Amino acid sequence: MSGTTIAGAARFTPAQRALHWAMALCILAMLFIGVGMVSTIRPIYLVMVAIHRPLGIAILVLALVRLLLRWRHGAPPLPAGMPEAMKLAARLSHYAFYALMLALPLLGWAMLSAAGYPATMVGGWALPPIMPRSATLHSVLWGAHHYLALAFFALILLHFAAALYHALVRRDGVFEAMAPGGLPGHAPGRVAAE
Amino acid sequence: MPQPSRSPPRSALGSLVLIAALVGVVGAAFAYTAGWLAPGRLTPDRLVDSLAPPGGPALGFRRNHAKGICVTGRFEANGAGAALSRAPMLAQGSFPVLGRLNIAGPNPASPDASVPVRGFGWRIAAPDGQEWRSAMIDPPVFPVATPEDFYALQQAAGSGRPERMQEFAAAHPSFGAFVNWIRTAPKTASWAETRFNGLNSFTFTDAGGTARVVRWSLIPAAAPVPVTAEQLGQRGPDFLRQDIVERLRTGPVRWTLAVTVAEPGDPTADPTKPWPAERRTVEVGTLVIDAAQPEPEGACRDLNFDPAVLPDGMGTSDDPFPAARSSAYAKSYDRRTAEVEEYRRATGGGR
Repeated sequence: MSGTTIAGAARFTPAQRALHWAMALCILAMLFIGVGMVSTIRPIYLVMVAIHRPLGIAILVLALVRLLLRWRHGAPPLPAGMPEAMKLAARLSHYAFYALMLALPLLGWAMLSAAGYPATMVGGWALPPIMPRSATLHSVLWGAHHYLALAFFALILLHFAAALYHALVRRDGVFEAMAPGGLPGHAPGRVAAE
Repeated sequence: MPQPSRSPPRSALGSLVLIAALVGVVGAAFAYTAGWLAPGRLTPDRLVDSLAPPGGPALGFRRNHAKGICVTGRFEANGAGAALSRAPMLAQGSFPVLGRLNIAGPNPASPDASVPVRGFGWRIAAPDGQEWRSAMIDPPVFPVATPEDFYALQQAAGSGRPERMQEFAAAHPSFGAFVNWIRTAPKTASWAETRFNGLNSFTFTDAGGTARVVRWSLIPAAAPVPVTAEQLGQRGPDFLRQDIVERLRTGPVRWTLAVTVAEPGDPTADPTKPWPAERRTVEVGTLVIDAAQPEPEGACRDLNFDPAVLPDGMGTSDDPFPAARSSAYAKSYDRRTAEVEEYRRATGGGR
């Protein structure tokens, strides 16, 4: 059965796993704040905007760190028994995640720059503009930020469903490769031995 | 769906149902947060929609205060404001200003005399990049106490049924003071003779960390010359623009920026309620305008005078309007920047 599961030792490194779960929290919060803030006029609007901007930049920085870790440590091989189509979907989804984690904060920052809004981080400190002032650019960047954010959430739902499918149905160690903490009862090694 | 042979189909089916349910719950929470499941929520889209005239908005233009002219100049801070706020543009000095003098309403072609409310949006920039943006109007009180009431007022006004307005006025007594101002306050024929009021309250924090709730006003240097509504009606449709351009030929136009400090118990959250006249008022500097530009060529067109863009040392208070205005102004900005080609054509064809 060992061909259908990931070997017990083949997990993402502890740093990669910690970063994955911390960023999962940040990104989910970010997407909920994003759609929440643009649909309210109540005072919480300003609170959400004040969180959205620095949190986005924090995600950008964490995504760069994560990209470096991925280059350095790679990813555990997918189980040999996994259908080729699923493997391809898994690989493509990882490219999409990295692209969106990097692009969305940059698009948000560029969108603020094109509109002439200060990209306020904390107190009176703002990031410098990265785009010239332009109504046309603002409109294009706004559209890209908006629709790619919705696409990002759809991708996260797919990822969530796939992770649960690996954990509950296939039980092939793919979920455990990224699971937080030490190896629990569902350890790939044990699954492989069953 | 491929199943590893060791997975019993019975538990796999249960797992798939569980996965679908979990994904559905997360998706539903997202849809709820986005307001897709809450048709009654007052969103910036609904608020901005409510401003449109029956024939639809003027594409490419601001959704309210659509008619205006860009102005540039400087803010000469006298330093007295530094005792109230550590904001860099309140320390003694001169800071560049980009502004927009305007009249209320969604129609960029309204004759100036037909609109009873005038506005002034401006941005004061500090050398370190921090900005103080504000958008002020000339009534001494706002017509409604909450953003929700503002939406109800737009709906009543846009219904085309006079009894809806009568019902609104009866249910919102503070609206009467605003109507009374429109009916009785002396008019002038110039933005330069107009006093503009911020109406919303904000928090000023000084270098020592002490916070105070304030409102601000712009008091014109030019002496107001009262004119009757009838006299205004006889002027051309763009007399305000012609007046300011004419004045700027002979020299700058000035207003004194005066900051009024609330006492405990003052109605800081309700812009329909003025504060007692004896409240401490500090003149913090002079807003000087020395040039005007038509909006299509001016830098003010694509700037959002978002009242929540504030430097360190200034912030929002318990007044709910700055957040609502910030949200709605952003929506108006997003829409008009998406229509920028329409604006160019409309203006180019008309001139």
